[in-house]
This record gives sequence, structure tokens and C-alpha cells, in this order.
Amino acid sequence: MSAALASGPMAGDSAVALDGVARRFVTPAGDVLSALEDFDLSIAPGEFCAIVGPTGCGKSTTLGLIAGLARPQAGSVRVFGAPVSGVDRRVGFVFQQDAVFPWRDVLANVSAGPRFRGVGRSRAEEEARDWIDRVHLRGFEKSLPHQLSGGMRKRVALAQTFINKPEILLMDEPFSALDVQTRELMQEELLQLWSANRAAVLFVTHDLDEAILLADRVAVLTSRPARVKSVHAIDLPRPRAIATLRYDPRFIEIARLIAEDLRAEVLKARAAH
Amino acid sequence: MANVATLPTARAPDARSPAPEPLRIESLADRQRRRRRLVLALRLAVLVFLVGGWELGVRAGAIDPFFFGQPSAIADKLVDWSVNGTSIGPLWWQVGVTIYEAGAGFLIGAVLGVLCGIALGRNALLADVFSIYIKVANSIPRVVLGSIFIVALGLGSPSKIALAVVMVFFVVFANAFQGVREADKNLIANARILGATRWQITQAVVIPSALSWILASLHVSFGFALVGAIVGEFLGAREGMGLLIATAQGAFDANGVFAAMIVIAVVALLAEGLLTLLENRLLSWRPEKSAGE
Repeated sequence: MSAALASGPMAGDSAVALDGVARRFVTPAGDVLSALEDFDLSIAPGEFCAIVGPTGCGKSTTLGLIAGLARPQAGSVRVFGAPVSGVDRRVGFVFQQDAVFPWRDVLANVSAGPRFRGVGRSRAEEEARDWIDRVHLRGFEKSLPHQLSGGMRKRVALAQTFINKPEILLMDEPFSALDVQTRELMQEELLQLWSANRAAVLFVTHDLDEAILLADRVAVLTSRPARVKSVHAIDLPRPRAIATLRYDPRFIEIARLIAEDLRAEVLKARAAH
Repeated sequence: MANVATLPTARAPDARSPAPEPLRIESLADRQRRRRRLVLALRLAVLVFLVGGWELGVRAGAIDPFFFGQPSAIADKLVDWSVNGTSIGPLWWQVGVTIYEAGAGFLIGAVLGVLCGIALGRNALLADVFSIYIKVANSIPRVVLGSIFIVALGLGSPSKIALAVVMVFFVVFANAFQGVREADKNLIANARILGATRWQITQAVVIPSALSWILASLHVSFGFALVGAIVGEFLGAREGMGLLIATAQGAFDANGVFAAMIVIAVVALLAEGLLTLLENRLLSWRPEKSAGE
């Protein structure tokens, strides 16, 4: 679990590779604020990697760089070996807040991706119906987002992302706004969807339990500027039973180990504020 | 009372306790209906009080009808105009001319305003270059342009339409621009990642989210279009409600001015109703507004 492991498998065949990445902002007051500094991380194809770290440490910034929504000031961000230059078709993104289109019904929301990419209406809608089934929203095709519960809207967002068959799936605290029971259900559904499509996942969360329940590896970030402090392999067997796994002695052992790591950073972050 | 259901409460087992009163349950719908009736009655009362007070004030000699008119005389005037026509021609023709000028100006101004607002809202360079000129143009009292338009475009409709366009454009433009700027960054990022091109983002995210701003501005700006058309007619015209008002003013006919005002108000309210219908249709995706709004 040393820094050497942080770069994971060979950078050449990784799905995502960040190398010495820095991302800095200039505050309105003129100060330079460093969100990421000397950031190394790589994710293998089909691997589920979770990132945990103190609040505001730059977890979301990392995802924005991989998605091509922002550029790093130093270092390289690569997707399947090629430097990121703008939005990549193979990348999917699930946002923390609701990002489904409020003026479109569920069917139009889910079929948005294929439609943007030039698929004809009837084929896109046929595909969308299939995904609506898979996220258990059959019968809600004509419902508008505001008529759905938070968990259902999240399912729409998942279907909307998965319909594009992403090979890299970026998730920015997707379930943090949900209540505990809904969150558990959504975690289970996410694992099911993922096991069928096996994208490389980068899952940002502040919930350590969630990270361990879902991921193959958990990366702990330092407080700002964020760096990968340590990477922990999670050797819990799959398929995982979300509801009961957290009482497993091995789970508790891993959680304790990572929690200690994380706690030191959270305290540092608090001291800095 | 017909709407109040009476239910007997559970009978007390103890015979010594007094007989229970029947429980009165009033449904929410009943209460809302009663409140609506109350509001309507109070509104009517306010109207009767104001108009009646005005009329009584004139009859008692406290208000001079030469300057301030008289409700009954205004009503007579409206009847006279609709039956016998006005001094400058039939009433419906004057109303039609003004509606045509305001409507054409409104449509042109709104379309230009929306197009420019979206173009500048989506393009930072254009916005930076033109924002200064738009600010300057917006700070000019635009009604004054009416004089120029009449000199340049003559006494006919075009000068009135031009003034209405100028009145409408800036309001709609400012709202469309702001609406585009306020579009949810998350939604735009989501659309980008789902594969949308810049133009697709404009269509699928920016315009729908700016639509509520734009529609709100249309409510205000139809009023401005009417003002533009009427002021234009006032400054120089051969027909229209503005000319009718100017003629009444020239004849010291306060009742005529008020009567024309009422006709214009009816036009404005009808347009407002049409715009509300349009708004409800276009924004049907929004959550139902809570009662009372």
C-alpha cells in the first residue's frame, strides 16, 4: 500500500492515467489556490476505484480533468493511453446534483445521449426503453423529473449514462443526497449494472463505507492540495451483498485501516480552515 | 352549510357525560371555494367604492368633471364611440391599427431580442464587445426615438412599429441574455459528456432554461410595445388609439382620454391572457405551483 502502488498497473494499458497532474485556480483576491499537486493515479480497464478524502480536497476536480471539462496546468491526463483533449465519447459522468433535464420526460432524458450522437429517434427510444427497464423505471417513461423521487431521478441519471456504454465511468458523490435506505439500493443496482458492462469506474465519495463496499481499490487523498496518500486493495469477494457486507470482520478490518489514514488528513484539513 | 358534513362522534360509554356535539368536518376544497368567493366579493367592493366614489364626488361637486371626467360619462363615451364611431373614424379601426402596430413591433422586437440575447449569452467575446453599447442604448430614453422615426419613416405604421420594436427589444434581450447566463452549469456539463455539440447544447439545454426568463419578459414587453405604438401615434399619425387620445386632449375631453385608456387596457389584458396561455403551454414541465400563487 505504498506510493509505488499508486500508479497501479503499467500506465500504458490503463484506462485512466494521471501523471504528476497539477490544477491550480486563481482566487478573486489574486491568490493561487492549488487543488491538485503532483497527482498520480491510474485505473485499469474494468477496475472499480474509489477516491476518498477530506471535504473540498479536490476530488471533483480530478473527475473534471478526466472528463475533459478542464485542463491541468502541469502533468498529463491520459485515457486509454491518449492525452485528454476535450470530452471523450467513451467517458460517462454521473453528477452529484441532479443533472437530468427537468423539461424532458424520462424517455427523452435517457435517450438524450444517443440522440446527441446522431442515432435516429426510434432506435434511440427503443434503446432507452431497454435501459429504463434495467433501472426498474418501467411505466415512468412519460414522467417528468420533478414528479419522481430523488432515488428515481438518480436511476434516470444512471440509465442516461449507461446507455452510452461508457468504458470509463466517472461518478462524483452520486448517492450523497439520498437517504440511507435508498442509497443502499442504488449501490446494489450500480454494482449490477457495472458487472454487466465492466467499465473502469472512478467513484468519488466522502463515505468510506461506500468506497469499500463498492470498489476494488480505494485511494485516500491528502488535504488540499490533493495528492494520492495511499491506495488500498479491497480483497472482498464479488458479488458483494451490500446490506450485510458491512458486518463482515474483513470489511471492518479494512475500514479501520483506511479510516486511520483518512482521519489524519481530515484533521489536517480542519486545522487549515 | 350544504357543504358541511355532519358526523356523529363515537358514542361515549359513560352515560353521565353530556351528549357529544356532532363533529363538523369541512373539506379543504370547501374552504378554498369560500375563500375565493370572499376575495371576489372584496374585489368587487373595492371597484364599487372607487368608481362609485368618483361618480358621487362629481355629482356632489367635489370633483370637477371637466378635468377628471366622470364614470357615467366615460361609459356613455364608449357606447357613443362603438355605435356612432369616433371623430377620426370607427373605433374598431383605431383599435385594430394600434394592435397591428404594437403586435408587429412586439413580434419583431421579441424575435430580435431573443436571437441577440442567445447569441451574446453563448459567446463571451461578442458579449464583451457589445455589452457596452447595449448598456448605453438602454440608458437612452427610447421614447424620444419616436420623433426620429416619424421624421424618417413618416406618419404611417412603420414609424410606430419601429418605436415598439425598440421598446421591446431591450427588455427581451436583457432577459434572454441573463437566462442564457443562468443556465445550470451541471446540465451543460452533462449534455457535453453525453455527446452534445455546442449547437445541440444551445438547443437542448440553454434555450429551454432561458425560456422562463424570456417568457417573463414578454409579459412586460407587450405593455411596452403598446406604449411605443401609442406614443408614436401621439407624436404624429393619421389613425390609431394614440391619435384618438391626442384628439380628445385637444378638445379638452377628459372622458375621451379615459375611454381610450380603458379600451387600451382591455387590449393589454387580452394580450396578457394569451401570453399566460403560451407560457403555461411551453413551461408545462415545471412543477405545479402551490395554491394561492
